Amino acid sequence: MATAAQPAVASDAAVPGVRRLHPILAFIRYQPLGAAGLFVILVMGAAAILADVIAPYDPEAIDFVAMLTAPSWEHPFGTDAFGRDILTRIIYGARTALTIGFVSSFTGCSLGAVIGVTSAYFGGRVDLAIQRFIDVLLSYPIIVLALVVVAVLGHRPIGGIDVNLIAAIAIPIVPRVARVVRSSALAIREMPYVDAARAGGYSDRHIIFRHMLPNVLAPYLIMLTAYVAQAILLEASLSFLGLGVSEPKPAWGLMLSGDSANFYQEAPWMILFPGAAISLAVFSFNLFGDSLRDWLDPKFKT
Amino acid sequence: MKALTSTIAAAILATLPLAAVAETPQRGGTLSWAIIAEPPTYDCHATGTFAVMQRVAPHYSTLMKFEPGNYPNIVGDLAASWDVSPDSLTYTFKLHPNVKFHDGTVLTSADLKATYDRIINPPDGIVSNRQASFTKVASVEAPDPLTVVFKMKEVDASMMTNFASPWNCVYSAARLKQDPNFPAKNIMGTGPFKFVEHVAGSHWTGERFADYFRKGRPYLDGFRSVTMTSAARVNALAGGQIDAEFRGFSPTERDRIVRALGKDANVLQESWLLHMIITFNTERKPFDDPRVRKALSLALDRWGGSTSLSKISLLGAPGGLVRPGSEWSASPKDMEKWPGYGRDMAANRAEAKRLLKEAGQENLTLTLMDRNIAPYVTAGIFAIDQWRQIGVKVEHKQVELASWYALQNSGDFEVFVDSFTQFSDDPSNVLYKYASHDRSPVAVHRAIDRELDQLFAEQARTADKAKRLELIRKFENRAMEQAYSVPLLWWQRIVVMNDRVKGWTMSPTHMIYQDLGDVWLAGSR
Repeated sequence: MATAAQPAVASDAAVPGVRRLHPILAFIRYQPLGAAGLFVILVMGAAAILADVIAPYDPEAIDFVAMLTAPSWEHPFGTDAFGRDILTRIIYGARTALTIGFVSSFTGCSLGAVIGVTSAYFGGRVDLAIQRFIDVLLSYPIIVLALVVVAVLGHRPIGGIDVNLIAAIAIPIVPRVARVVRSSALAIREMPYVDAARAGGYSDRHIIFRHMLPNVLAPYLIMLTAYVAQAILLEASLSFLGLGVSEPKPAWGLMLSGDSANFYQEAPWMILFPGAAISLAVFSFNLFGDSLRDWLDPKFKT
Repeated sequence: MKALTSTIAAAILATLPLAAVAETPQRGGTLSWAIIAEPPTYDCHATGTFAVMQRVAPHYSTLMKFEPGNYPNIVGDLAASWDVSPDSLTYTFKLHPNVKFHDGTVLTSADLKATYDRIINPPDGIVSNRQASFTKVASVEAPDPLTVVFKMKEVDASMMTNFASPWNCVYSAARLKQDPNFPAKNIMGTGPFKFVEHVAGSHWTGERFADYFRKGRPYLDGFRSVTMTSAARVNALAGGQIDAEFRGFSPTERDRIVRALGKDANVLQESWLLHMIITFNTERKPFDDPRVRKALSLALDRWGGSTSLSKISLLGAPGGLVRPGSEWSASPKDMEKWPGYGRDMAANRAEAKRLLKEAGQENLTLTLMDRNIAPYVTAGIFAIDQWRQIGVKVEHKQVELASWYALQNSGDFEVFVDSFTQFSDDPSNVLYKYASHDRSPVAVHRAIDRELDQLFAEQARTADKAKRLELIRKFENRAMEQAYSVPLLWWQRIVVMNDRVKGWTMSPTHMIYQDLGDVWLAGSR
């Protein structure tokens, strides 16, 4: 077995790039659903980045001549009550969804990871206090907590992005991630290298950030992808409720609210395509997140 | 779609013969109608919301009122007859005899005096929303139990309209003497219906007042006003759980109800005495510059917007400061001379860009404050698109009603989607919105313009209609040129009710004809 493996390694090393591609190819082979999810995410990401180039129309331009036009070659997904092209607004909506989804998830997961590791590292009263506070936050359903936060903070757009909306979505993620990361960190706290770092006289901050946090990367990454889906759904929900993104900015949740509710019988495409975009994005992130969990977690490998 | 249009047309046309051929009113039944807002008080004098007016109107009488079916003609309500002195400085009203309050006491001129004194000079702690309408009244006298006399400091051409205001509910002097704030928490008037109960968030009920002074009225045994959301009222009316809703529906909501009710739907449409306004904060740069304000007004395609937005929202016709189509309004030809009302939008936009360039605001960005409900959002989206076409970038800030009021009153805004409604087309009532900020609290543009104030005062004391019209045109011309606040579009009022509801009068405002005294139900449930 050992002799058989040697040439393979030597062969991979001899061909530049193959070594780096190998895990990706293996992921595609063993996690085809996750790879499909990743592919959709990449397509959406590309659409979001290249929206200015690929979108056929201006997402905010009103065209009364084309009001409520059914899907056609000119408007593949139809138009809304203002004559705005729905395909264009979905492409630009991907930018809104992915930006808010990624930034909120990254912020919430990162804060949650730091709090979870800190709680586990110190233990005792610090851990007790942090965990009881997290219990309080966890007692609120994620949408309710986000609603409270956004209602209290209001809107604060900076560079076209509502930072308070991101905070409203990120805050409910924090306790959930903190609880999961803490459980991983409790085991890491007992590892010999952490004892060695303590014996070496390193500061608590150094141990937490340099020795413990890197070792909770696997659960962190899994939750990051899972909560992007959750964040996209939350943004859509808040926008639907009138507390998220404001018209005329294109956002999937917003496209389902307002006039769409009034025109769903005459123009079902107004709700069909944005709804499909939300479902597809959330489904893709969930598939990718689940596959990543299976791929990174040794328990699932066995 | 064609079938639906025909159904709506048939529903509207069906009302015409009914109006022409008088049907015999039937007695009995309880009218069930929807309302979407809760009343913040029971006191008519203290508020301006329909949530109060539509609920309390059946319980009260007023001195004068708008004649049902003949708006804006004014007739007596409690007043049996009246006389205006030749110099228009004395108004004498003779009251109907033996008018009873719901507690059985008899109404006298002392009750009228106490009511109007409360409106004109409210005691400490009492809010009077209509105080400004009666500033020219010198005194209210009650020389005998059935006569009330108003002496004026100066002529007010709007006085009869002010007497017909539905907001001047007549209260009992005895009750006011006991507690000046009695009407805020209690209902006790001389109207056709006695108050039964109000369950907040659920319903408000009234029952027939047997001693109502108009013999044979009301026809109904009672009414039940049900509080429900905007979406729920559509379903409730379509499903037959309620008979009516008196404020108004959007065209799409109308279509849904008509589809469900078929020939039982009665659709009534008229222009609404309510308009959407773009208000600039003239204390903030660059909106202190008339060129910038004028440019932003010029960029709005009101004619084009009206044609399309009226199909999908409550927004309707373009108009000036007074309701288009009313006896005081400018003709479309006159309107086309105002900035932003010309039909050549390419020329308008070119002029707007030139003005912005001249003002050094070629790359103008602004925040448009707006309410978060239809049709405010619709108006906001439309304005943003129009301004985008002259290179102006807009951040759309949508807020709740309380914040919307707070921000406009504190001046913490740049530009906002404003609105204004009144109970009549009387010019003093509506031009008030566009006067100087220090003379009119509702003129939230924060500008001081004495030329406008002078024109306002002059038209208010001009009884000659032709001369008054001339002054109103001058006022409008000045206001449109300065563009502190500019009308966007007027609303359209679409009332849909079950065809079994009879005797209710459609009008351009949802504040009048709500006492339900003439309403009756055809057939029985």
